[in-house]
This record gives sequence, structure tokens and C-alpha cells, in this order.
Amino acid sequence: MLKIMEGSHAVAEAVRLCSPDVVSAYPITPQTHIVERLAEMVADGDLDSEYICVESEFSALSACIGASAAGSRVYSATSSQGLLLMTEAVFNVAGMRLPVVMSIANRAVGAPLSIWNDQQDSLALRDAGWLQVYGEDVQEMTDLHFIAYKVAEDHNILLPAMVCFDGFILSHTYEPVDIPTQEEVDAYLPAFDPFQKLDVTNPISMGMYATPEYYLEFRYENDQALTRAGDAIREAGHLFGEQFGRDYSTLTEGYRLEDAETVFVGLGSICGTVRESVDRMRETGRKVGLLKIRSFRPFPSDEVKAALSGAQQVAVLEKNISLGSAMKGAVGLEVSAAVGKTGPEVYSYVLGLGGRDITPADIAAVADAAEKGDGNRFYGLRTEVL
Amino acid sequence: MVDKSLELFDCGHRACGGCGPALAARLILKGAGEKTIVVASTGCMEVFSTPYPETAWKVPWIHSVFENAAAVASGIEAALKKQGRTDEHVVCICGDGATFDIGMLCISGAFERGHDITYICYDNEAYMNTGIQRSGATPYDASTTTSPAGRESTGNSINKKDMPAILAAHGSPYVATASIAYPADLMQKVEKAVNTKGPCYIQVQCPCSTGWGFDGAKTIAMGKLAIETGLWVNFEMVNGKVVRSKKVVNRKPVEEYLRAQKRFRHLFRPEVNKEEVAKIQAIADANAEKFGIDVDITK
Repeated sequence: MLKIMEGSHAVAEAVRLCSPDVVSAYPITPQTHIVERLAEMVADGDLDSEYICVESEFSALSACIGASAAGSRVYSATSSQGLLLMTEAVFNVAGMRLPVVMSIANRAVGAPLSIWNDQQDSLALRDAGWLQVYGEDVQEMTDLHFIAYKVAEDHNILLPAMVCFDGFILSHTYEPVDIPTQEEVDAYLPAFDPFQKLDVTNPISMGMYATPEYYLEFRYENDQALTRAGDAIREAGHLFGEQFGRDYSTLTEGYRLEDAETVFVGLGSICGTVRESVDRMRETGRKVGLLKIRSFRPFPSDEVKAALSGAQQVAVLEKNISLGSAMKGAVGLEVSAAVGKTGPEVYSYVLGLGGRDITPADIAAVADAAEKGDGNRFYGLRTEVL
Repeated sequence: MVDKSLELFDCGHRACGGCGPALAARLILKGAGEKTIVVASTGCMEVFSTPYPETAWKVPWIHSVFENAAAVASGIEAALKKQGRTDEHVVCICGDGATFDIGMLCISGAFERGHDITYICYDNEAYMNTGIQRSGATPYDASTTTSPAGRESTGNSINKKDMPAILAAHGSPYVATASIAYPADLMQKVEKAVNTKGPCYIQVQCPCSTGWGFDGAKTIAMGKLAIETGLWVNFEMVNGKVVRSKKVVNRKPVEEYLRAQKRFRHLFRPEVNKEEVAKIQAIADANAEKFGIDVDITK
């Protein structure tokens, strides 16, 4: 049954249904509504979790490391500065192969201070070894939490997962959303079965140090697991579709790609604007389409290459900036590598940073630029800085 | 009762000969017992005891990063609570840099929240793993690689931070100091801490032959000398009040302790720096008065 819910509250409902043993929480805009709602659930007895009010995001994730290592399902959420404060632990979780699931309400990073949306925070941590999936709307970002736990805890994967969604644009927006029942979720997501844990009856050492003779192989194993996670997401997404009627058996999603000459690529909520823009531009006879990337880590190169094979040019809409790089955006680099030298031209457009609104007119202007071969630049700058 | 025959920290690790922290690990586990989960910080002990694929730990052990042991322990404790595993102890064993300096935030949070954990600092009074740099635990005038004695310096210019008082102020039910030179006392304190509900703190002085500059055969003697001069006091605090401290009969002058270690040798070359030695003697005298340790049997 569809209910009108705020994005953050829908995520909190999903988390409740996944029954984490331990939730560690620290407030940061625009994530805070999630942990507030979870606190209310615990206070009312609707969620039977140990809820730890930690003193920083760094401790939020560190507590998750301990709880997960002790054999519990864990949850935390953060944004922006909070994610960056966690950074040391973010890399550590993946190296320790602990299936922590964390929501990221995407927000710009300072300086200058900005509480508004872009995707710089999670994309800056693309190399940390976590799964990173991005939701386009409230329903998708809610559903991705169930899939994230299922894949992260898979003994063939054992990796942490970030479920990312645009701060305010999705976290604070009310949309109709279908929240499954506990019975349905239990049928989809089995109880947490730790691969190994801290246990006095079977002592093991976790998080040892590795000499140069061993370190490289640990990184290889981490990468192998993240690569395997692609198929695990497809399988978990397919099962989700069979059970709940919303299919996520692909890591990307195409929209009106069939004869598209210019294809937009994006992550998250911008894809909704692009769908609208594509429809409008199609009405004027322009052959445009959209490729949405749902999983940025692992990056679905094969899907991207196949989807873009018929395109002449690709316009990557970047809500991030890799400062000093030639392409400017982190997503464009991946797309460019995926299509290869024989593929279409790929251009990055850095836009919408720090919450700047992006309209269908902007999307059309980006298509104009891409068709002229003018890209790898900022879009929509105030003229006084030019 | 402490089972002194229990060996949960195995031999064959890579510590220096005469390592105080290695002995501390062995004694701490005798006191804590088999049902203990150890949380380590990055540092000497972590490195010498767990080079993959070997480990010296016969109890479950976890290391995440340098400064987060108390937060990791918070998560473990919460998980054990949720799983109903009430008979397992969570014990952090972390160096002084990880405790006094970089881990302060995580420790403060964990103690404020009141997790049922025991946090033990093995205090060798500097960052030994990275090559003897000063920490908040380094004593006044000790020469380290970042507080070297020189023409214009007599070594570390800052007094040792009072961590036991800070953690007692967090409402800790049991705070104690101990020394590897007094093993029975150390083991008993650990046993008491792990059986006390709430966050407990023990700071164990662990002389480091490499970092302090003395013969590795003299580790215990150095620990005893620290007590006998009053530069280290073994005490117990229950609910914020000092309830017991180790008395010292005919307290020795600090010079005896200082002269035995290379980290203080600049105080005696080319001649005795009487002014600085007097300042250190004043620290010992203040300790003695504060904790009432002096017993004079000549009178």
C-alpha cells in the first residue's frame, strides 16, 4: 500500500524492517531525520536495537565496526562533513570485510560551508572499497536498503555498503512509497549470519597488520569481492523484483535510449529531471536519452558500454568535481573508460553543486554543448567569475 | 580469584627483550580471564603481537585504527548486550599516545555513555612504535625525538596529563593505576575492573628499555624505582574517591630513577642540573602528599 512519507522517514522504516541489533547515531543535516525517527522507534518499543548516541561520526562508524565484528547487524547514517570525519574508519571497514550498511544523504563539503546537495561526499570516497548505490526517488532509495543488506552480508561478498540519495531533494521530500511488511522483509532478507565474529569460544584476531609480503593480496581480495558484488546486486535486485514487483536486476537503467544520439548520464535525483527533459526534447525531434547509474561501486562498465554503444555523444551530469582533473567529474572518467576509444565522445558537466537548482532548460543547454563538442567544464556559473 | 597459571598471551611475539608492555599484556589477561574480548589500538603491542598470519592472542582480539578502540569497544559491548552475551568482558589495551592524545574523544564518549568496558592504558610514556616521540603521558624533562634536550631545552616541557582524574570525572566507578613491577596488584586490579559494571580505567606503567634507554634486564627494577621515588603512584579510585594507594617506605630521591635512564641523562651532563632535578623532585613530593604514600620508619 502506498503511503505519503518523507524520504528520511521511509529510510528509517526500511532500517526498522531490517532489524539492526545496533544503531549508532550522530546528527548532521540533512541526514538527521533518519536517526531521529529511529530514536523514536526505539523509545516507543517499535525497534528493538541498541541505540548508541555517539560523540562524533568517527565513533559512529567505529562503534559499527565493533558491533559488526561481534556478530551483530548494524546501521548508521551520515552526510558530508560527517562522512569525511569518518574517512579513516570508512576505509578500515572495507578492509576488515564487515557488512556495515550506512545511508548517505548526499551533501556538499566545505569550504565554503554548504548544507545543500551535491554528491561530492560519497564520490570522494569511491576508492574506499564500499558498495555505493544511488537512489533516484524515495521508493528506490528505500528499496536499496534491503538490497544493500542482502548483498553486503552475502558470504561471497562481505563488504560494507553506502546507500546514497540526494540530501533535501530526496531526504526531505514527501513522496508516495510502498513500505513492505515485516513478514515480506523477513522472507527476503535472512537474519544476519556473520561469517566470523569475536567469540570467546572460538578466539580469532581481527584487523592484524600485514607486511609487504601480504598487503597487496588483501587489496586484491577486496577488489575481487567488490567486482563480484555486481552480480550479487543483480541477483538480489532480481529477487526483490520477483517479491515486491520493483525490479532492480540491473546496475543501470536506460530511458529512451533506443535511437538516442545524445545520452545523458547521471546518478540520483537528477535523473528525474532528465527524464522530463528527455520527453520535452523528444517532442521537438531531438534524439536524446538517459542512462542512470544506480551502482557506482561496483561500476557497471559492461552495462554502460552496451547502453552507450549507439550514442554519438554522452553528457555526464556531475554533481561533484574532481578538482584539477582534465574531465572535471569523477563519473565521466568512469564512463569514458567504459566506452573506450571506439565509443562515443564523453563530456563531463559540473553542475548543481552546493544545491544549485537544475532545470530542464539546463539539461537542454548541456545537450547543445555536448553536440558541439564543448564539454569537460562547469555549467551554469555566475558570469562575474568568468 | 586470579588464575596465575592462565597463559592467554603467547610467547614468540616480536617485542624487544625486556618489553614492559608485553609483560603487561600477559598479566592483564591473567586478571581478565578467558572470557575476554580485547580491543587494541595501533601501536607497539599491536604490531609485535599480530603480524599476519600470526597472533599471540589466545582470546578474541580486534584492532581497527589508532584512536578508536573505545568506540569499537562501545559497539562490541552494545552487540553483546543485544545478543545476551553477558559473561564476556570487553577490555581495551591501548598505548598512551592512543589514550592520552589521539583517542581522547572516543574515550570520553564511551565513558560518558557508561558502556560496561574496561579500558587499560599500557603507559610507556611516549610514542614508542613510531620512534620515541612525546605524548601527553611523557614525563617532565624526558628527552624524546620530538622533545629533545638541547642547548636551549631540558626535554619535554609539559607535565604528564592526569588521565585518571579526567576519567574519574566522567563518573567512572573504578579508576586505578598499576605497574608491571607489581604483578599481583596489577592482576587483581584488572580482575576488579572487569567485574565492575560500567566503564573502568587502569593505567599501567610499562617501562620501555628501548625508549627510556636502560638495559632490558632492568625493566622490573625500573618500575619499582618509579614507585619507590614517588614518580609513579599505584592507587585505586572508587566512584571518584581515592580509596587506596601503595605506601612507600623511606622514599628514594628521584635522582636515582633519573640517572638510570638515557631519556634523563641530559640532566646530569656535563654536571647535575640541580634546578631541573629539583623540579622533578617536587613532582614526586606533590604525588607523595596528594596520595599520602610516605611511610618513614626511621622515626
